[in-house]
Amino acid sequence: MSASTPSAAGGVYSDVIRERWRKPRHRGEVAGANAVAEDVNPLCGDRVRMMLTVGADGRVEKAGFIGDSCAICTASADVVSDLVVGRSRAEAAALDVADVLNVLQSEIRPTRMRCVALPVSVLGQALNGAKRA
Amino acid sequence: MRLDEQTRGDFPILERIVNGHPLVYLDSGASSQKPRAVIEAMNRYYERSHANVHRSIHTLGEEATELYEVARDAVQRFIGAASREEVVFTRGTTDGLGLIAETIGRTLAKGDEIVVTELEHHSNLIPWQLVARDRGASLKAIPVLADGTLDMAALDRLVTPRTRVVAFTHVSNVLGTITPVVEIVRRARAVNAISVVDGAQAAPHLRLDMSALECDFYVFSAHKMLGPTGIGVMYGRRAVLDSLEPGRGGSEMIKEVWIDRAQWNDLPWRFEPGTPPIAEAVGLTAAIEYLEKLGMERVAEHERALTRQTLEGLARIPGVTVYGPPVSVDRGAVVAFAVEGLHPHDVAALLDADGIAVRAGHHCAMPLMRRLGVVGTSRATFSVFNSPDEVSRLLTAVAGLRSAL
Repeated sequence: MSASTPSAAGGVYSDVIRERWRKPRHRGEVAGANAVAEDVNPLCGDRVRMMLTVGADGRVEKAGFIGDSCAICTASADVVSDLVVGRSRAEAAALDVADVLNVLQSEIRPTRMRCVALPVSVLGQALNGAKRA
Repeated sequence: MRLDEQTRGDFPILERIVNGHPLVYLDSGASSQKPRAVIEAMNRYYERSHANVHRSIHTLGEEATELYEVARDAVQRFIGAASREEVVFTRGTTDGLGLIAETIGRTLAKGDEIVVTELEHHSNLIPWQLVARDRGASLKAIPVLADGTLDMAALDRLVTPRTRVVAFTHVSNVLGTITPVVEIVRRARAVNAISVVDGAQAAPHLRLDMSALECDFYVFSAHKMLGPTGIGVMYGRRAVLDSLEPGRGGSEMIKEVWIDRAQWNDLPWRFEPGTPPIAEAVGLTAAIEYLEKLGMERVAEHERALTRQTLEGLARIPGVTVYGPPVSVDRGAVVAFAVEGLHPHDVAALLDADGIAVRAGHHCAMPLMRRLGVVGTSRATFSVFNSPDEVSRLLTAVAGLRSAL
């Protein structure tokens, strides 16, 4: 029977998740964003806002996020931001949860899959212009 | 002997090893574990006596009916109701509150007022929102103060002659706050409003006495008080139940039926349409008998000690915020807390790695979360089988969390 130690987190979350949670690369407002959406995870109340700048050529130039979210959701939003930059609108919209999981390299339990999925869903909303915030 | 030393062996699930550690189950506020007596009573019922109740003229039907109605007597005794007719079985607290809202809702008119509190679980808020919307009634909430108690100064202002319903929790499922039930009920009665008490967190923890609380309705679930899922209780004061039309229709709740009308059955069956949760009623009887044998005063005292140990322990850990009334104020067996820099879900996931089960999130109380200025909290809740050692394991684990992620 051991107490929680730093290594305990290693068993729960991958290094990628831990690193992206501690030092997200894309957290913060995106000035001049022209594709924006925000949504909540009804399961936990987590809130994520995705902000994209889509250029005249239809490519995503900048991406970022803000919100109150857990480590998995934050890491997912950070990875989503990473992956969409440089993609066309259609390519960005085609991004799915599997792409994010591939980067996170972590075993995600079914109850936490929505934490991964929320930023992907918000990305879709931002690109569709639906629920524009 | 301490209560947990006496009871632990009665709960088979506590033998489980979770993620390499003996299970520490601190989520009874969401749903408690079940003693062997409850599990075996339900198995015995299914293996020996199952049939439908009330209109089955055969041996098993009579046995099932007898067992089902014995549960009603057990509940009447457990909550100090004046008569068994006041005990209506539902599917759970949410079902009971919904049933009350639908039933009373039919009698509301435009301009009527419904008063709730900011402490409410969504189950005691959303049904009233729906009713208010459908009937053109307005919905108001008694605010929560910084110390987690209700702003009783607002009670007189919010409860007016237009108020028809005052619906509130007995024990907050987040803060553990014990509300002044009698005071609120009396204020409701003074304006002829119906009082509805959500007892989901109180029934497993406090000795209940309907004659002392004086409320019109009191609702709770079996599964949070060592009983099975799928059954709950809606206590209704006789005079109020007599005055109300049934909220829901179906079999069992009628005496005589024509194509265009029906005559309602007697209480309490008038409010129990369809085949009831029979095995669950049998399990509830076993749960009540188990709690009665322990004694609810002793249960409350045990859980109070664990709650105090948790509050005092968490207060000593840097970066931990505890919500709700101070340790000097009596509260339910609920402790909500936050760890600086960590999301409640991550706290729960990290504790789970140590075999410790806590709840995390908004606890179905989003307006209260907003009032507290948080997205969610982590929450430990206690039951008869929890031990001071388990609280120590929680405290040690929480102390190590900030460096864990």
